Amino acid sequence: MFLTFLTFLPLVGALLLAFIPRDEVGAIKQTALAFAVADFLFSLLLWTNFDASSHAMQFEYSVPWITSWGISYHIGLDGISLLLYVMTTFLTMISIIASWDIQKNIREYMMAFLALSTGMLGVFISLDMFLFYFFWEFQLVPMYLIIGVWGGPQRVYAAVKFFLYTAVGSLLMLVAIIWIYMAIKEQTGIATTDLVFITENLDLPLTPQKWLFMAFFLAFAIKVPMFPFHTWLPDAHVQAPTAGSVILAGVLLKMGTYGFFRFNLPLFPHASYEFMPMIAWLSIIGIIYGALVSLVQEDMKKLVAYSSVSHLGFVMIGIFAFNHYGMQGALLQNINHGISTGALFLLVGIIYDRRHTRQISEFGGLAKVMPKYAICFMIVALSSIGLPGMNGFVGEFLVLLGVFQNNGLWAACATSGVIFAACYILWMFQRVMFQKLDNPENEKLPDMNCREMITVVPLIVLIFWIGLYPKPFLKTFEASVEHLLVKVHPDNFRPGKPGSGHTEHAKLLKVEDIARMNQKLSGAKH
Amino acid sequence: MLLKLTGLVPLFPLIGCIINGFLGLRIGKNAVGLIGAGAVGLSFLTTLFIFAGLVMTPVEERVFEQVLFTWMSAGDFAVDFGFQIDPLSMTMMLFVTGVGFLIHVYSIGYMHEEYSFYRFFAYLNLFMFSMLLLIMGNNFLLMFIGWEGVGCCSYFLIGYYFEKKSACDAGTKAFVMNRVGDFAFLLAVMYIFNIFGSIDFTTVFHAAPEKLIYDGETVTIITLLLFVGACGKSAQIPLYTWLPDAMEGPTPVSALIHAATMVTAGVYMVVRCNALFALAPLSMTTVAFVGGGTAVFAATIGMTQFDIKRVLAYSTVSQIGYMFLAVGVGAYTAAIFHMVTHAFFKACLFLGSGSVIHGLHGEQDMRKMGALKDHMPITFITFFVSTLAIAGIFPLSGFFSKDEILYHALMDGNVILWGMGITGALLTAFYMFRLVFMTFFGESRVDPHVHPHESPKVMTVPLVILAGLAFFGGALGIPLFHGWHVLHNWLEPVFHFDMASALEHSAHLLHEQGKHAPSLTHLLEPAEHNLWVEVALMALSFSIAVAGIFGAYMCYIKMPHLPASFTKGQWGYDLVKNKYEVDELYDETIVKPTLEGSTLLWKEVDAKGIDGSVNGTAKTLGWLSNHARTFQSGFVRNYALFMVVGFISLLIISL
Repeated sequence: MFLTFLTFLPLVGALLLAFIPRDEVGAIKQTALAFAVADFLFSLLLWTNFDASSHAMQFEYSVPWITSWGISYHIGLDGISLLLYVMTTFLTMISIIASWDIQKNIREYMMAFLALSTGMLGVFISLDMFLFYFFWEFQLVPMYLIIGVWGGPQRVYAAVKFFLYTAVGSLLMLVAIIWIYMAIKEQTGIATTDLVFITENLDLPLTPQKWLFMAFFLAFAIKVPMFPFHTWLPDAHVQAPTAGSVILAGVLLKMGTYGFFRFNLPLFPHASYEFMPMIAWLSIIGIIYGALVSLVQEDMKKLVAYSSVSHLGFVMIGIFAFNHYGMQGALLQNINHGISTGALFLLVGIIYDRRHTRQISEFGGLAKVMPKYAICFMIVALSSIGLPGMNGFVGEFLVLLGVFQNNGLWAACATSGVIFAACYILWMFQRVMFQKLDNPENEKLPDMNCREMITVVPLIVLIFWIGLYPKPFLKTFEASVEHLLVKVHPDNFRPGKPGSGHTEHAKLLKVEDIARMNQKLSGAKH
Repeated sequence: MLLKLTGLVPLFPLIGCIINGFLGLRIGKNAVGLIGAGAVGLSFLTTLFIFAGLVMTPVEERVFEQVLFTWMSAGDFAVDFGFQIDPLSMTMMLFVTGVGFLIHVYSIGYMHEEYSFYRFFAYLNLFMFSMLLLIMGNNFLLMFIGWEGVGCCSYFLIGYYFEKKSACDAGTKAFVMNRVGDFAFLLAVMYIFNIFGSIDFTTVFHAAPEKLIYDGETVTIITLLLFVGACGKSAQIPLYTWLPDAMEGPTPVSALIHAATMVTAGVYMVVRCNALFALAPLSMTTVAFVGGGTAVFAATIGMTQFDIKRVLAYSTVSQIGYMFLAVGVGAYTAAIFHMVTHAFFKACLFLGSGSVIHGLHGEQDMRKMGALKDHMPITFITFFVSTLAIAGIFPLSGFFSKDEILYHALMDGNVILWGMGITGALLTAFYMFRLVFMTFFGESRVDPHVHPHESPKVMTVPLVILAGLAFFGGALGIPLFHGWHVLHNWLEPVFHFDMASALEHSAHLLHEQGKHAPSLTHLLEPAEHNLWVEVALMALSFSIAVAGIFGAYMCYIKMPHLPASFTKGQWGYDLVKNKYEVDELYDETIVKPTLEGSTLLWKEVDAKGIDGSVNGTAKTLGWLSNHARTFQSGFVRNYALFMVVGFISLLIISL
């Protein structure tokens, strides 16, 4: 119940805002912030009360919703979704602080943001396929509005592109969901969209697994975005307002990688194994391609956007390493990317607010007039290129270590991304921050103010925390990854190794869990 | 007991960095200098205590590990944040903190006019912290934190004068080139974990003989990758071009980072991994030849440069080449010995050049110097002593360390390696004395508006101490009798490697794979120590050094017109003077194609290809709908026509 309360708290806030007169700007902002802060603080309780030693869903809650179709409102968190959930509330809070100076329709803006928050949180907690789909589509609307109304000059084009791209992907996902619904009904006699039940019981031959995998893959790969489905991202990022970009990079993209963890891997383990080389190569292309394209960008925000393509490539290849290092690294890299890239977007937004341009050539020598800004930017930039001792390194290294266990060549190709990353970030930094300050418009730029510091400093603290002591984070993932691995471990599918230890283990678990699930379902029916 | 202080050594500079970084502008320059230098001084003191503690422990127990916490873990992969103290890391710690402290003190004087004095000291302390992590880490990944940390500090400090474009470019270049090396290092670490299931030094090195086949593919790849990493950090061919450019940084930085400490990290790493390298003869040969080649190659460039700091920079590249040459023939002690003496005399030389530059208000071109010995007596004497040391004149430190390397190059390596070494020695003596003669002797070519002056005490005292160390440092390793070789006896336990059992294991492993193990018994026969060869070599290298000095004397004192007439219009000379055009080559073959290719990717592939096809789909749909719209005309007669057509078609089909 607590989880439901947390998830819908922002939506309540949004509804409440509707009753505040639109010219009471102060009250609107304070209310929105109060809801966001409360939501974040409460969500911390989830983390402190989370039992990291168990892979089971926690804070679970389930009530029938549309009984005739077996759809229920089933929510819960496990190690894979918990930190994404907390990060969502955290970044929502940061974003609202970062949006303090929005002039246009502030009330509607805040409402959209809070509603967006509920939509995203819903995605991470849904344990029912239909519910998931509902939230997945629901969060599109506020984001569409945020880009389309409060965005830059080409906002409508970017917003429509964003919406259509995602919608096209998710349509196939809907078809796949219905297919699974039919299949599970046929196999077990129970008509349900309950994800936990389906995960435990669905057992498909390879061919349908492949088709279904592809359907989900398209939806999630667009969201991630993987090469070559990434072209909506630079447009959306460049046009979105600063806070929109932060959320887009920090949370929305993560919904794609989360989808792989929640659907593709556990539901279609064999197909996942079969598609491993394809995904690995697409990720590698994404890593190198994103970095190379970043290198020559003239717009700072576009540079960061393309760098996201590169970073998310690491996450994807980590997931498809199918071992502890890679998957935990990928989950951590998910968080890291939210922090570092989120911070980069905030920082680019700060300079945009002052100069109304993001062209690299317009700047130079800013370190002299904005020393605090330069220091913050430097730290974030270094974390983004994975300097050891900062967050990016821990995730990247674990991912690469995981990949290396499968294929040295893949690991080598992916690792080359760290060289390019250094190139594009440092070169951009040099041209913006260092060298002579020769543009008179930059001479009087004020340094970061208190509010801006409040948005960036917490992220910097996290950068060092994860970099130096990532254990609390990694520990959260461990049990769930372990559980997932039982199912998707490559040894299960490698030819010539029938009946290896892992498969045996997987079967044992399955029987137990089926019994437990059946009990539960029959209990719910009475 | 004393060993428990280990954690404090890197802690002091870290605290210094934090205080100076946050409060530096408020507490004033004196306090900043005191905190910055004092932190490193405390580190040095603590290191001395630990040293005492380590000396007091029995020889076989001289490995001390202290684990602070688990840094990261996933599955069965776990990395500790822990330190390892053994004679090797102890040696490094001593000279890094010692020389580091002197350079910090010197910097107080040298950087005193700078506005962002505090920033400089914060970076410098952060560097000390990272360097100590690099040395003291007990596993590959912790070493890697230090490894990239020092690279990052080096980036900050090269670009310290960030308004100068050349300084920024040099900083970025250094970072990126280092990253190329780090890329290989990372891959090596992953490979090591793949084989050993651990990345702890102790575990890996202990298990190495059992898990790796002598001269096998795996160990060769691992060690070569590690060596590429070392090449990046230690500026060896082909990744050396960043170091001369790094001279854009303030001179104390060049002394500390780009001469005495950071750039030798690659040598340290390879020496640390001696248990792996011992199993990979192919990699050893590569290391030796790359080192020897770099030693000669960089020395030739050094002969033609006119910027005083660049000459020293190429000299550094060349001397590190010597160290790798030593490592490559298995003379680890000699490598470390040369590293230590090099730290003394090269730090002294750099600081001396800084003193000259300071006295001339920023002039770095040797063509605008000359006859400075009367204006700066202390700088001159200390500089001269260090030059004698690097040239290899008896009985200064460089003589002993270089001689040991040459001896081993001949005995454990081959004549070619020795030939490279001796050529390098000749060139070194020549270009160093060229530098001294052009700077301190002859006629003054100083700009008449500039009045050269000696530097303040805070700068000259460190010079004197370093010159003293450069003079007497050779006592650490007096050759001929092993009993006298203090350093050798001290480091011996670290390099102890049981080749016999390693070979036995690899024969066993090969046997398991169904392969026949080659007979390698010749590896087990200890090389004979030939006293007379050593004495003869010493005499030879001494005379070579004297010959080099004489050559420089002839060219730059006796007949100053000679070099110009000799080199004019020679394409060979121009090629060397332009540093063999390697920078241009890299620019043309790597940098430009990458940038052009990326632009192509972005403008053509991304915007037109991928996005174009997406937008094209949308446009096609729009076009289709537009045409389909004409069917919905609203005229009943049209609909009636469609109905008839449809009805007839259905009829035809059903028939």
